[in-house]
Amino acid sequence: MSTIAKKSSTIKISGVDIEVERRGSGSPVLVLYGEEALELNSPVLDQWAAKHELIIPSPPGFGHSERPEWIAGPDDIAYIYLDLCDTLGLRNVPIVGFGFGGWIAFEMATKDPAIASKIVVVDPFGVKIGGPTDRDVQDIWTLHPQTVAKLKWRDVEKSKRDYSKMSEDELSIIARNLESFARFGWEPYMHNPNLRRRLNRVKAPTLFVWGANDGVITPDYGKAYAALVPGAKFETVADAGHYPHIEQPDAFAKIVNPFLG
Amino acid sequence: MYAWHFTEMPYPYLPPLDTLSTMRVNLPNTHYDPKIGADLYNRYLDEYMIASEVGLNMLVNEHHQTATCLDVAAPLSAAILARQTTKGRICILGNPVANRNDPIRIAEEMAMIDNISRGRLDVGYVRGVPYEIFAANTNPTQTVERLWEGIDLTVLAWTKTEPFNFEGRFTHRRTINLWPRPYQTPHPAIWITGSSDLDSIKKAASRGYVFATFLQPYDKVKWMFDGYRSQFVDHGLPGGGGTAYMPLMFTADNEADAEKGAKELLWYLAAKAEPQFRNPPGYVNVAFNVSALRGDYSGRTDAMRTKSIEFLKEQGVLMYGTPDSVAAQVKRFYDKVGGFDHLLMMQQAGTLDHATTVKSMTLFAKEVYPQIKDLARTRPLNAQAAAE
Repeated sequence: MSTIAKKSSTIKISGVDIEVERRGSGSPVLVLYGEEALELNSPVLDQWAAKHELIIPSPPGFGHSERPEWIAGPDDIAYIYLDLCDTLGLRNVPIVGFGFGGWIAFEMATKDPAIASKIVVVDPFGVKIGGPTDRDVQDIWTLHPQTVAKLKWRDVEKSKRDYSKMSEDELSIIARNLESFARFGWEPYMHNPNLRRRLNRVKAPTLFVWGANDGVITPDYGKAYAALVPGAKFETVADAGHYPHIEQPDAFAKIVNPFLG
Repeated sequence: MYAWHFTEMPYPYLPPLDTLSTMRVNLPNTHYDPKIGADLYNRYLDEYMIASEVGLNMLVNEHHQTATCLDVAAPLSAAILARQTTKGRICILGNPVANRNDPIRIAEEMAMIDNISRGRLDVGYVRGVPYEIFAANTNPTQTVERLWEGIDLTVLAWTKTEPFNFEGRFTHRRTINLWPRPYQTPHPAIWITGSSDLDSIKKAASRGYVFATFLQPYDKVKWMFDGYRSQFVDHGLPGGGGTAYMPLMFTADNEADAEKGAKELLWYLAAKAEPQFRNPPGYVNVAFNVSALRGDYSGRTDAMRTKSIEFLKEQGVLMYGTPDSVAAQVKRFYDKVGGFDHLLMMQQAGTLDHATTVKSMTLFAKEVYPQIKDLARTRPLNAQAAAE
């Protein structure tokens, strides 16, 4: 893994400083990481980086990317990322989005269907399926943190992180990511009411991958979400919660790698 | 020195507190009995009326979805007091303008109460404590911006004499035209609360608003009051600006009774909430949350919760004793913080009953207030304030 080249730079996009990591070499894949950015240290990314150049932008307010006041959510972020793709010459490129990043992937692909050659989303947020009193997405901000951990993880032990060993910069990024996720996902909670009416515009082959034990957003939600995307395939990963690529990396890779190529 | 009676109108008839995980936000309302609640509302309003009779001012506030505070609409309790009392000022501390989402409605309500009370209203604004985020579903990352836009808009609404439009970040109205105008000119005194954000405190000072803080150790209060005084600009508002501090307060004939009453007041500090409600993401800045991740910070009110009664008394968070002792404690705090102008007294909390509450506040009004009333204002009064 240590042989994989990683470099980060900051690019001014639509007037916003966006941090972009490039990892590996080969044909490009746009990777949109999730709300906790846990993917960045997962073996799955390094596997892909052996064959592809991963382009990994940090959303506004995440990592070291700037968060100007005017950005209200994934709808705005998608326009910035489309500009980023223009700047980098990316077109008809595979897009992989985890959780919050999956939501952004669909915001991009509904605005510009030609941007993606294929789409993989992993337990994505983004739409409201049920009625006003149905809880499509468990409320991660009003439930007790221990309850949230149990909903997110099949094996709660894997959720534990030792903050005492982290640098100031690492802790700042965790705090920024938490804050920015709340900025963008607070209301409407974890969805854009307009997105489901736009998903018919997605043209790229799409694969939904879902942790069978995701208690934050269940596979039932995922199936209903996938049904809104023309021709989308839906696969579950057993014994995994909201982060199947971290809890079951091999099973996850078996499903995703053949699709991604 | 202006002295104010205050209660949060608690509902203390709960199962043992150690059996509850929370008293705020998500405590099911099966624990609320409307018959008991009706008695409590009327009792607490009676106590405010008695406060007015004995020469104290009246301070009300609001919280939501909590057994600690049945006053869920401070404008309602203030309106009742505006009509049912004739003496003493009434301060709402405050209007949660960041959470209410309708600054014009607030401006109207305040103007109406100011008229009914014939100019006895002071209008406070609060950003709202972290728990309040959830009842209102306000985005926790932008409450400061909402607070200030809301304040600016209410001031515009009170002072513009022709219809006007406002297209801000959070509020859009194309025809604003307030009926009634406020009774006081240019508008009632404005108060702002704070507990750490020095920039907001200085901003309040530069506009001539009153700054209020609650239940904090005196060295921290001095730090905030010094910041306020360094930036104060007199804009000729009624009341003339100044600083306000709230301790828990209990006055009795003897020290033993005083300590007994003080201990009942500590119910307020014992009010607990589950951890997710204490620090919603973005409510405090990244630096605070870095220290929270390290385990050094668990929310703003937690620090006081576990302290001994002696510590709280020494720090001025809890003042109790005989009248002479209480007067000495107020004067000591006054000296420690470089002076202040409004003593806000939480004289009722938790299980403290009606008779005991009234006895304490009456004793304060008769025997303590005269001893502290003439403590110097922390800055010269402006002409309008002096004429009050």
